[in-house]
Amino acid sequence: MAVRIQLENFQIGAELNAITNGRHNIGGLCSFVGLVREMAGNENITSMTLEHYPSMTEKAIMEIEAEAQNRWPLEATLIIHRYGKLKPGDQIVLVAAASSHREAAFKACNFLIDWLKTKAPFWKLEESFKGSRWVNPRGTDDEAAARWD
Amino acid sequence: MKLVYFSWVREKIGTTDEELNPPNHINTVSDLINWLASRGDGYASAFADLSSIRIAINQKYVKEDATIRADDEIAFFPPVTGG
Repeated sequence: MAVRIQLENFQIGAELNAITNGRHNIGGLCSFVGLVREMAGNENITSMTLEHYPSMTEKAIMEIEAEAQNRWPLEATLIIHRYGKLKPGDQIVLVAAASSHREAAFKACNFLIDWLKTKAPFWKLEESFKGSRWVNPRGTDDEAAARWD
Repeated sequence: MKLVYFSWVREKIGTTDEELNPPNHINTVSDLINWLASRGDGYASAFADLSSIRIAINQKYVKEDATIRADDEIAFFPPVTGG
């Protein structure tokens, strides 16, 4: 069980290895990595700056993690979420869930990223040569989060 | 109380946070929003469309009818986009 909010990048392989290292009760590990996409609508973005609410972010994500623990028999979870100025192709978020069987790992991973989208206090500013704009949440994100309600 | 603002709410109001002491009849988040909106154009613009305002008291999401206290930290921001 771990939540990290950080400026720095993360190494996917090393992070996933650390979860399963010596944990022979784990039979399945499912992970999701979110990246900065270069296209926003029809525009190429030059950077994306993630703002967050430092005193709330970790608490809010730990609540989401605890909810996943309640719902599925998980052996381990890891959520790393970056903030600050990122470029297209940069990693933003890593979500991982481990369980003795794959079904719980898949479902928990999916749940964690869906709820992060709509409940973790982050805001994204996309910058392009035309200027900058705050990203509006997508209706499809709300629908994805709501299917777990 | 401490008020904190994020994203375009912060930009419109023009500050990241501030200490304010609203009058005694300001009891709920809704009262506070109306009082803030009367303080200037930046505030009025930030709170013009309440459907795009989210609120947290002491780092917990609340609705507009939540009661506020003098030592609360109250945050106003647009809908979040994590992940």
